[in-house]
Amino acid sequence: MKFKHYDPGDFYDELFMAAGQPRPDAIPLIDRIDSLSIEDIRQRQQAAQIALFKMGVTFNVYGDDRGTERIFPFDIIPRIVSATEWEVLEKGLKQRIYAINLFLADLYNQQLILKDGIIPEEIIYSASSFLKPCLGLQPPAGIWCHITGTDLVRDRDGQWYVLEDNMRCPSGVSYVLENRRVMKSTFPVVFNTMKIQPVEEYPSHLLETLLNLAPPQLIDPTVVVLTPGIYNSAYFEHSYLAQQMGVELVEGRDLVVSDGYLKMRTTKGLQRVDVVYRRIDDDFIDPTIFRSDSLLGVPGLMEVYRSGRVAIANALGTGVADDKVVYAYVPAMIRYYLKEDPILANVPTYLCWEPSQQSHVLANLDKLVVKAAGESGGYGMLIGPHATPEQRQDFAQRIQATPRNYIAQPTLALSRVPTLFDNHFEGCHVDLRPYILYGKEIYVNPGGLTRVALKRGSLVVNSSQGGGSKDTWVVCK
Amino acid sequence: MLSRVADSIYWLNRYVERAENVARFIDVNEYLLLDSPMGLAQQWEPLVLTTGDLPLFRDRYGETTAKGVIHFLTFDEKSPNSILSCLNMARENARSIREIISSEMWQEVNEFYLMVQEAARAPDSVVLAEFFTDIKRASHRFAGVMDATMTHNEGWQFGQIGRFLERADKTARILDVKYFILLPSVRDVGTTLDELQWMALLKSASAYEMYRKQGQHRITPQEVAEFLLLNMEFPRSVRHCLLRAERSLHHITGTPLGSWRTPVERAMGRLRSDLDYITIDDIVQRGLHEFLDDLQSQMNHIDSTIFETFFALEVAS
Repeated sequence: MKFKHYDPGDFYDELFMAAGQPRPDAIPLIDRIDSLSIEDIRQRQQAAQIALFKMGVTFNVYGDDRGTERIFPFDIIPRIVSATEWEVLEKGLKQRIYAINLFLADLYNQQLILKDGIIPEEIIYSASSFLKPCLGLQPPAGIWCHITGTDLVRDRDGQWYVLEDNMRCPSGVSYVLENRRVMKSTFPVVFNTMKIQPVEEYPSHLLETLLNLAPPQLIDPTVVVLTPGIYNSAYFEHSYLAQQMGVELVEGRDLVVSDGYLKMRTTKGLQRVDVVYRRIDDDFIDPTIFRSDSLLGVPGLMEVYRSGRVAIANALGTGVADDKVVYAYVPAMIRYYLKEDPILANVPTYLCWEPSQQSHVLANLDKLVVKAAGESGGYGMLIGPHATPEQRQDFAQRIQATPRNYIAQPTLALSRVPTLFDNHFEGCHVDLRPYILYGKEIYVNPGGLTRVALKRGSLVVNSSQGGGSKDTWVVCK
Repeated sequence: MLSRVADSIYWLNRYVERAENVARFIDVNEYLLLDSPMGLAQQWEPLVLTTGDLPLFRDRYGETTAKGVIHFLTFDEKSPNSILSCLNMARENARSIREIISSEMWQEVNEFYLMVQEAARAPDSVVLAEFFTDIKRASHRFAGVMDATMTHNEGWQFGQIGRFLERADKTARILDVKYFILLPSVRDVGTTLDELQWMALLKSASAYEMYRKQGQHRITPQEVAEFLLLNMEFPRSVRHCLLRAERSLHHITGTPLGSWRTPVERAMGRLRSDLDYITIDDIVQRGLHEFLDDLQSQMNHIDSTIFETFFALEVAS
């Protein structure tokens, strides 16, 4: 009865086929919720939030000098993904990551893809995330993108699209693990009856992925997680992952290059570090090579890295694949390297540096989403249909001034999931970020972070812009 | 273990212990003044004087009033030794080593912090006596949880050193408060009032009952000072604290007790053995206040040698 008045509306709803008709996999959940009073549901939601807050599952808000932490708002209605659907996503993600990895290895070495004219050279060389110091780099096992958090969205017709690849330092996996822990105590009964694929193996897989990069002759290699420190917005996650894997969490000031190796300062002197899972952007990692004002990195690290005496995940330079213009070429990469058709589609993307596409973009600014090629996290973006004429005018000028820096995509009607508001449920737009690890083989954690836009009607799911999260239940076959 | 981590766990414990002792500190002062015929405002000055915060206090509050000093030491975020600041720092240190300490420890610190934050938002509605009791309990809970849930490894030993050095320092200061209170009223020495004050002092260090139990029951200034300074078994006495800190230190370095390889082992061993062989008569003869002053500067020296030996690793490049 809680869902009697719930209307999926003119959107793809992840739990309902139509009003009053839950999807087959969602029936046990919907039945259970219907059997509870609204007060009970609200209490469970509150208990879940309190549990997360007490565990300190928080993120920091930038621009607040007291380092205020907030809990990432959590909604207790999970998103459910069917087994058959997940199978396709998993295959598609593996294919995509495999191809992007080949691309990165090629790009920083032979550059066949440029020579064969698949991607225009000037696109690469004008990308600020393309790192010349990485040319010729041969990371251990030929792996560049060890950890990826691909953003997927679904349009009105239920079609999945890849929105972003996030090859640098995708965050959020700690919420996946903690949300699941909390959900198990929120809906234990439903959870038991529904056979949901476990996400808890992620830290073990992550550790294996990192150990895979250490020189094989080392019996007990030292793996560390490198964090910018406690004021970083994702600090909780850095600390959480180090704890779950049982490895050291280090800051730049704990590390030093000495005798050609990377070492950490311990109470018993310097100790060698073999593998670094870095949660610091490329630009900050070594002030002698990149940003000289960086206090977060380690002077001289790049040289140790190039000589192969330390492994870094993700490899430096992977960020070039996150450039939104380069992103547009991923389907072409899949065809070029794998001779296969892409299983997962890109969101159709207009490249403003191509004159014909630019004029289309300018003529349709009220229908499109415009994004800055080098930005992420919902920054530097125009949602045409919701923007004012002045904002559109502003973006039109920016596009014409630096067309290379802008792409445009149609405004997708993101799928929705019922979400608790005061004493009823409303559909809210969601995306999905599964986490993929590239170790000895490629592993896709079953589920991922479902981010939800909690402002009514909003399409922006980023935590910095008022988004929240939900648990993601992938049903077993 | 990482030097920064060792440093953080050391300070995490120091700050939690400090918050507890600041609460004891104010508590005893208030108690002493209740019984004092003087009841003067200037009696609050020693509290900020002994922590070295008097200039900062004067800047921010001017005259030393009871209300001002209590606020300065409890909820003033700008005062580095206030209970609120201690918890801010304790939590910040704990956050930076969450993956090292047990989740239970983190939860204790976090809840402790939230409790103080909440009180600080509405300081006027806080009943101080109850608040201080809560602070002491939270600190004990943290220590207990740390003892029961964290491996007694190197990090744990650094935590112990932090806790015991802080406690030794603050027990010495609590004793010093009485010295200041006593000053304007020398004629009261040996009176009922004097005995009441020494009782209050013992109570503030949770030492009253234990003092009464140890053979001799009468309360004399000398015996109280001896108990708080030199008793080997009472967990808040300075000597006991130093013994425990020294044991943890030697656990970390592996140097046999009674010998030394680092300046910190030497400084700690020297001070501890001083306390092993000194008598209360020696102390009184030298002057209690002078003795306490010297004790504190030696403990500060130990703190800075710990920093140099373990936390500030110089790298030859």
